[in-house]
Amino acid sequence: MKIAVIDYGMGNLRSVSKAVEHVAPDADVRVTDDATFIGAADRIVFPGQGAARDCMAAIGDHHLNQAILDAAHNKPFLGICMGLQVLLQRSEENEGTDLLGVIPGEVVRFPLDLNQDGEKLKVPHMGWNGVKHTMEHALWNNIEDNARFYFVHSYYVQLQDEAIQSGSTDYGLSFTCAIARDNLFAVQFHPEKSAHDGLQLLKNFIEWKV
Amino acid sequence: MLAKRIIPCLDVDAGRVVKGVQFVDIRDAGDPVEVARRYDKQGADEITFLDITASSDERDTIVHVVEEVASEVFIPLTVGGGIRTVEDIRRMLNAGADKVGINSAAVKRPEFVKEASDKVGSQCIVLSIDAKRVSSDDESPRWEIFTHGGRQGTGIDAVEWAKRMTEYGAGEILLTSMDRDGTRDGFDLELTRTICDAVDVPVIASGGVGNLDHLADGITIGKADAVLAASIFHFGEHTVAEAKQHMASRGIEVRL
Repeated sequence: MKIAVIDYGMGNLRSVSKAVEHVAPDADVRVTDDATFIGAADRIVFPGQGAARDCMAAIGDHHLNQAILDAAHNKPFLGICMGLQVLLQRSEENEGTDLLGVIPGEVVRFPLDLNQDGEKLKVPHMGWNGVKHTMEHALWNNIEDNARFYFVHSYYVQLQDEAIQSGSTDYGLSFTCAIARDNLFAVQFHPEKSAHDGLQLLKNFIEWKV
Repeated sequence: MLAKRIIPCLDVDAGRVVKGVQFVDIRDAGDPVEVARRYDKQGADEITFLDITASSDERDTIVHVVEEVASEVFIPLTVGGGIRTVEDIRRMLNAGADKVGINSAAVKRPEFVKEASDKVGSQCIVLSIDAKRVSSDDESPRWEIFTHGGRQGTGIDAVEWAKRMTEYGAGEILLTSMDRDGTRDGFDLELTRTICDAVDVPVIASGGVGNLDHLADGITIGKADAVLAASIFHFGEHTVAEAKQHMASRGIEVRL
């Protein structure tokens, strides 16, 4: 099995590839910006870190727009963190940034007055928070509802079509932390940094029959 | 609800875990990869490595330690100690670290924090603050930044420094009380509380943990988002799992 971890220069992908290798020891896992390998790969992991505008610019610089769009429509595809956000249409970040537009909806910042039980909440939302399954899905196999995953982000996605939400998390408000549509699954948290449950999700992705 | 984090800290000297009591009595606490694996199994939320290697030719050992840990421990890893350039940061991130701790280099040249967070993102930059109380008992409390393991004062006010560094892009603060570090008397809760109230980024309390109540106090009284400890875990007095159970019993939200 060929697995492409798409590398467009945003963030350290070593931990993502190490975690994928850990759950798929026999697979050919490559961190790559090679559109040919991405086109030929059986599964795609699409991570990302950093600001929306920089991510979009980096995708453009690496000439990966088309390869990502194709992969997101035709093979098992797992977006992680910015790899979820850039799938939407538009982000508030950097005075407004156009995104890839695979998923209808927007990316917005946590409000400044975010609070829970009267206590002010810090942004970025950093640490381990519960993930509620809002859809039955193969990627949740052997993962308990409300299990905790590791998050680091200041923006979150607002879907136009809530029916594709597969997971939600509470942080002063309830936000979409996972989406699922056909061959596509994408999460706001970092499965590669979420210990046992994170590895389970990656394993589920490797075994997922679309 | 977001869990409060417990972060075991490994002081690493030339590839071995050590822990000094107020920087003198260094005891050997084992192989860092083995220790990290053990803490991961016990449910540590993150692991921090502090490289205290003095000799520059042994500096590379920490890179190998991080590489090895990152290929089998899948929780966030932070590396501090000797980080002076964006190149140093990249090396650590490429080795598998998720965040780096910056301390003296920021004191020397505060703009470094700005440049670093622009390059790799705020989420990767942890500002380490070593603070010492400089006010007398009858004054309102004041803390100053110290460098060189607490030996060198800088005249910089800790609260002002924390605020300025978060404006420069530090995504988190690792706050160590130099008065308490290694004493096992508990965190300087007043310091912790003051810094937590002053900044909007998460604060990790450090320095002085001697028992499990100290950890809980750091959260409930100090208002910290995470607590860091070394020796209570290293010598088998308590496991991270016990620490979490104890915090949960005091009503603190933790990842069990």
